Amino acid sequence: MTTDFLATVPAFLAQITPDAVPVPHDLELPLPIPEWALKLWIVPLFLLHIFFVNLMVGGALMTFVNEIIGLRFPRYDRLARCIGETVTVNKSLAVVLGIGPLLVINLLYTVHWYSANALTGHAWVLLIPLIITVFLLAYLHKYTWETWTGPRKGRHLLVGGAVAALFLFIPLIFLVQVNTMLFPDKWSQVKGFFTALQIGNVFPRYFHFVAASLALMGLFLSFWFGRKGFPIEKKLPEFTRAELRRHFYKWTFWVTCAQFAFGPLVFFTLPMQGITAQVLLWIFGAATLGIVVLGLLWREIHETDERIGHRFWPIAALFSLVVLGMGQGRHFYREAALAPHKAAIERKTAEFRSIELGTRMRIRTGMGAGDALTAAPSGKKLFAQTCAACHAVEKPTAAPSLVEIHTLYADNPAGIVTWAKAPGKKRPQYGQMPPFAHLGEDNLSLIAAYMLDVGAKAAAPAEAAKP
Amino acid sequence: MDFPIFHLDLLGNRMLIAITAIIHVLINHPLAVGAYPLITLLEWWGLRKGEPAWDKLAYRIVFIVFIITTTVGALTGVGIWLTTSLVAPFAIGSLLRVFFWGWFVEWLVFISEVGLIMAYYLTWKRFATPRLKRLHVAIGATLSAFSWITMALIVAILGFMMNSGAWTQDKSLWSAMFNPLYLPQLAFRTPYSMFTAGLFVWFCIFFVTKRDDPIRPRAIRLVAIWTLAWLPFVVLGAFWYWRSVPASMQANANVALLTQAFSQWHGMFIKIIGWTVAAVAVIALIGAVRPRALPRYVLLVPFVLAIWLLGHFERVREFIRKPYVIADYMYANGVRVAALPVYQRDGILPYATYSAVKQATPANALVAGHEVFMLTCSRCHTTAGMNNVITKLEHIYGREPWDQDALVGFIQGMHLTRTYMPPFPGNEAEASALATYLKSLQRPAPAASTAPAPAAVAAAR
Ligand code: HEC
Ligand code: HEC
Repeated sequence: MTTDFLATVPAFLAQITPDAVPVPHDLELPLPIPEWALKLWIVPLFLLHIFFVNLMVGGALMTFVNEIIGLRFPRYDRLARCIGETVTVNKSLAVVLGIGPLLVINLLYTVHWYSANALTGHAWVLLIPLIITVFLLAYLHKYTWETWTGPRKGRHLLVGGAVAALFLFIPLIFLVQVNTMLFPDKWSQVKGFFTALQIGNVFPRYFHFVAASLALMGLFLSFWFGRKGFPIEKKLPEFTRAELRRHFYKWTFWVTCAQFAFGPLVFFTLPMQGITAQVLLWIFGAATLGIVVLGLLWREIHETDERIGHRFWPIAALFSLVVLGMGQGRHFYREAALAPHKAAIERKTAEFRSIELGTRMRIRTGMGAGDALTAAPSGKKLFAQTCAACHAVEKPTAAPSLVEIHTLYADNPAGIVTWAKAPGKKRPQYGQMPPFAHLGEDNLSLIAAYMLDVGAKAAAPAEAAKP
Repeated sequence: MDFPIFHLDLLGNRMLIAITAIIHVLINHPLAVGAYPLITLLEWWGLRKGEPAWDKLAYRIVFIVFIITTTVGALTGVGIWLTTSLVAPFAIGSLLRVFFWGWFVEWLVFISEVGLIMAYYLTWKRFATPRLKRLHVAIGATLSAFSWITMALIVAILGFMMNSGAWTQDKSLWSAMFNPLYLPQLAFRTPYSMFTAGLFVWFCIFFVTKRDDPIRPRAIRLVAIWTLAWLPFVVLGAFWYWRSVPASMQANANVALLTQAFSQWHGMFIKIIGWTVAAVAVIALIGAVRPRALPRYVLLVPFVLAIWLLGHFERVREFIRKPYVIADYMYANGVRVAALPVYQRDGILPYATYSAVKQATPANALVAGHEVFMLTCSRCHTTAGMNNVITKLEHIYGREPWDQDALVGFIQGMHLTRTYMPPFPGNEAEASALATYLKSLQRPAPAASTAPAPAAVAAAR
């Protein structure tokens, strides 16, 4: 019994040995800027991008929800419209600010990023058409607000719903991408987008992200509608500034409370491989600051109408620190999780480089790279490689046969060489033969001799058969 | 070798990039680069003449341009990058390392461009006083400059992919940017953008004005003059480019066969240029003299010609670049030139991270052959769709069962007969496995040709 069990161990071990983890070579060219500089930039650039993504996604959701509420309470319809106006601006910023982090991640995680790309390729191809569609729909939604009313309101809501749904789905593609790249040991199981959803902890992260979008948009709107420059009397006469501020503070407050459930869920579903003391420090430090933010929000909500809003900037600053801390923690997790794999890639790349150098040295010093490369060129081989595609032995297919060429050039192999260097045009039934001067005289002479040899042999029985 | 392979066997991988790129260029050139300066001109004209009708017209057109450029335009640009990452990660990854700073500056310019586009469109109504209006025109002019700079930077990258110039020696960003085809390309694309923008705005005028609106003929006249004014520069730019291409091909050490493709391209380019310029000149002249005479659909003629011209112009990249994706450094299938001898000696499979087999043997020929195809041919060929390798082989070897040795010979010499293809990066056993795999995909010969050929029948008698 025990011996049976022990016998299975090697087989089991073989399954989990590094062989199951693909270790590719890295690209040859060096990084254009030092790795530490890329690591320094990746988190801030990414957060700047994700900030506008959050506003875009959260904005689209809140526009849709408020438009529905607006069916009963018309003033919310106008509120929805004002929220919607920010979405089309934020979406453009989200796109352009996405280029920078994309650039950095392409360099810093070259192998992991592109591999995850290819593994979820079809979803990746859909990305651009989907984003174009949702952007166009968002404009349609924005510019038909005044015209698609009354009996057409349903249509307008439908477009708004489609915008919200697409904006909810698209981030999932990106999330799957950044999640897949973290787990090279799972790559062999990934067979496209849907299987990639099952590795790591995609869904907890996704909910965490959607909630962050809603919280951030809440905070943004309490500023946007609360600021002096917003023409509230003109655009939202049924609301007061303080009322909107409080409304969106509350919204931010409750969603952020929910993050204290989603956050731990994300954390405890993370595969252990990247969790280090550094990661814990950043994440829990940020979470503690998050509690402070909640406290400040609570006090703002209970502030008088005159004074509400004066803690906005401290809240925004602390909130940014929370996000920065989470982002840094996330980055350290990624670094730690990928460190062994990156080291293996580096080793393998160096190994290949030395094989490559060795081979080149051998060729240069005339030792030859190996049999395949040192074998002397033969007429037979060269003919097969360069002429056989068109010239057959007996059948005139795409060009005259060797038999025919033999009758023309039997005693004149040099004629073949001259022809092949700069072919003319003789026979109307064929196309133009391409020139082969690049092969060189020597090779062409070998070919010519071989051609005539084969041509003569093939022609001989035919001659003999003649009466 | 080092990335899982994404392959579209019907559409073809390069087609995916090509479609994205064509849509992008067709929007970028006339709309982003060309239309903003023209719209700014219309706005400025209205301001100078003190006629609000011009302003209203410009605003309606900028709305169309704004919507298209900030959705389809911007995203297909990103799309080129994303699809290339998928299809040729080795290429885009290497290009990013060469061109990091170019890309980075491009990004900063792109941010400014999008910011300016939004500022220009969203403040149009709000900037109503004459002083603000002048500021608004200035925003338009700055936006136009930035759109052009974005293009100018990207063209450097495209040019580099065709001809890496001195870069292969000194590996510096500077020589990569100022490769020999850079300036001629830019000299063509700039006036091209401007005159096609003229056609586009002209077309828009029909939609945003009423038939009897007095601004319509006046606007058409202005736009027609704009279009005419750029035509000579199109001809000059095209000529410069046309002259520079052969030199650049020689630098690429492209041989014999390419010259055929090239001379076809060369002759055709002159013809299309001739047709396009003639059509645009006639139509724009009529537009300038008798703006009401032309119905809108006539404009489609020069438009289609212009698209054809650009398509043909871009095609040079196709054959100049082949077999490389980065000239003299990396082949289109991701094999580095310097690493080729290793693969030819040891085979490519031992170094292919994701291959199911590590060695080609007669026993695993089909599997190994498939892997070799994916690694060495699939970036350019499919087995069932675009640039289908099976149909290509049928052209050469007919429909009777193919001969193994002939196929192996072809594969090992494919770079000698077809210089647009890279040398086969594998050993003899792999060439043989690939041949076996390709033969397994051959379609059965049609019934007619299975009957004995007449010659055989005659011999039997
Ligand atoms: C792409 C197809 C193609 C390839 C490859 C090709 N040829 Fe030809 N070859 C032709 C055609 C077509 C003709 C007939 C030309 C004509 O008569 O106009 C021809 C004719 C010839 C002739 C007869 C010339 C004559 O005087 O009638 C010779 C000799 C010849 N080829 C040698 C070669 C050699 C040597 C090679 C390999 C280095 C080669 N060809 C490769 C297509 C090809
Ligand atoms: C750089 C891209 C590229 C790669 C990689 C490539 N090919 Fe090609 N191949 C081409 C192009 C382009 C053509 C010409 C297509 C045409 O004629 O329209 C071609 C043509 C062919 C032809 C037809 C030749 C003829 O004379 O009609 C065959 C057969 C072929 N390729 C096989 C292969 C095989 C097998 C591989 C892999 C070992 C391969 N190719 C790799 C680009 C490539």
